[in-house]
Amino acid sequence: MRSAAGLRAAPAIGQAPVPWLRRAFSHRSFAIGAVLTSLLLSCALLSLVWTPWSPYEIDMGAKLQPPSSSHWLGTDPFGRDIVSLLLVGARNSITVGIIAVGIGLVAGTALGLVAAARRGWVEELIMRLSDFTFAFPAILSAIMLTAVFGAGIVNSIIAIGVFNIPTFARITRASANALWAREFVLAARACGNGPWRISLDHVLPNLQSALTVQVTIRFAVAILAEAALSYLGLGTQPPQPSWGRMLAEAQTLLYQAPLLAVFPGLAIAMAVLGLNLLGDGLRDLGDPRLARKR
Amino acid sequence: MALLEVSQLRVWLPTQRGPVEAVRGLDFSLQRGETLGLVGESGCGKSISAMALMGLLPENAEVSGSIRFDGEELVGKSDGAWCQLRGNRIAMVFQEPMTALNPLHSICEQVGEPLRLHRGMGRAAARARSIALLERVGIADAARRADAYPHQFSGGQRQRITIAMALACEPDLLIADEPTTALDVSIQRQILELIDELVRERSMALLLISHDLGVIAQQAARMLVMYGGSVVESGPTAGLFARMAHPYTRGLFGARPRLGMAPGQRLETIEGSVPELADLPAGCAFSDRCAWAQPPCVGNRPAPILVGAGHTASCLRLDAVLGANRP
Repeated sequence: MRSAAGLRAAPAIGQAPVPWLRRAFSHRSFAIGAVLTSLLLSCALLSLVWTPWSPYEIDMGAKLQPPSSSHWLGTDPFGRDIVSLLLVGARNSITVGIIAVGIGLVAGTALGLVAAARRGWVEELIMRLSDFTFAFPAILSAIMLTAVFGAGIVNSIIAIGVFNIPTFARITRASANALWAREFVLAARACGNGPWRISLDHVLPNLQSALTVQVTIRFAVAILAEAALSYLGLGTQPPQPSWGRMLAEAQTLLYQAPLLAVFPGLAIAMAVLGLNLLGDGLRDLGDPRLARKR
Repeated sequence: MALLEVSQLRVWLPTQRGPVEAVRGLDFSLQRGETLGLVGESGCGKSISAMALMGLLPENAEVSGSIRFDGEELVGKSDGAWCQLRGNRIAMVFQEPMTALNPLHSICEQVGEPLRLHRGMGRAAARARSIALLERVGIADAARRADAYPHQFSGGQRQRITIAMALACEPDLLIADEPTTALDVSIQRQILELIDELVRERSMALLLISHDLGVIAQQAARMLVMYGGSVVESGPTAGLFARMAHPYTRGLFGARPRLGMAPGQRLETIEGSVPELADLPAGCAFSDRCAWAQPPCVGNRPAPILVGAGHTASCLRLDAVLGANRP
């Protein structure tokens, strides 16, 4: 199997190249990451249409049950079904991830492109500002922001998103500067393209792979940050289920019901691991020098 | 009136050792339908001069002097005004066809880009025109291959594509910066012939930059020899080759490889290497490598002296050099 894939990875000249997906799935990190990430996504999608029990319904008579056939992973101190909470929690994490990374991606990429296109003081200003933001530990600053503007899911999304901006701005600027020095950009300028068209038509499409990798990694960081904020009570507010809050609630009962902490912990770990592996895999696959390995 | 008139063009580039004068008073003019060759070693200021003519110098470069294009002064134009000219009335063909095309756009998109920018053509019109252009530059089966990507073409074909791109808007002036340096010798000839044909067909002016005297001799009616940022000799190609006056031109000519040389015979070389621009001698830039140099050469910048019909050379020792046998 492996050798067959290897043989096809080096096609004779003129033969069609190996389909991208086949090559991708022969890369171990990518395959594991893709499976874990799609699991996370399907859990979130599933929670939109179906959960075994209502995640909001409190049933004190059924509290702290061990795993059974009716409650597969048991119940929490309020008698809510853990499976249902985890499924809805996945949706919560993904929503936070998409919006927070979206804020960082759009604003950061735009700033990075402007910095690379304008150079000079504009670039200095943008980059010094992002250094400034970067200098604060993101999670501390997010705690500070939510403490000032009020705890809640919206504020924590904004806080996480804002701290994604400098990451994307830096990556975009560094790659865009390298692209601006390439001859095809010079050729595009020689055709009469202005700096904006060059940034959008010639630089941005070439940033795609660098940005894709960063999106998956920052997505994992955002999920972790949301869990941390919720754990501290600054993120998702009850009764909305969140993996971080589940951990916080389990903490007080660690001796009576240790499983209660294990399941949300595992969920967070798997989601973050999956996204990181996916990011690593995408990075390797996007690098032609590494493409032949594995 | 000449299409392009460059006078006393000077370019300073910022370096770690302060601003360095990379082009030191370039003067020339170019008529429609005429080909001017610009020869010199790497680092002599050829490409910087070309970039100055395209308005593509780094932003922190300083330019003085005058570039008059069709009666219009280009030095000091805003970037927006340059964008109106570039690809439209002045176009450029680059040295490296392997990297001069965007790997993510199909070739017909890239050839059509100037048309959409400057002629306001829609996608379909630009596409039809690009296919015609690709056919004209000799891409076989252009209609079928228009949507292919640059990596699917060979180096020679890619150079044809960049030429099609440069010619899309029928510019008045084409600047070709070492257009064949990266290509095989056999392809080189085809590309040069193609450029020559197209220049004639559209009566464009062509500024052909090369370090290859053979290329210039074949293509250009007039030529400039550059060294250390200034023109050391200029004139009609035939007259200049018949009576090379500047020691640098003679050195360059002597250093070219020839067919029929005995195996193992060494090429002649010019002593020393091109100094960094910041280290150029104050007087004649070539004085520290020149076999003819005498003390006055080191301190005085020579002015161009007429040595034949339209043929000038900038050297203080012209009498001695011209008196000696040609290399």
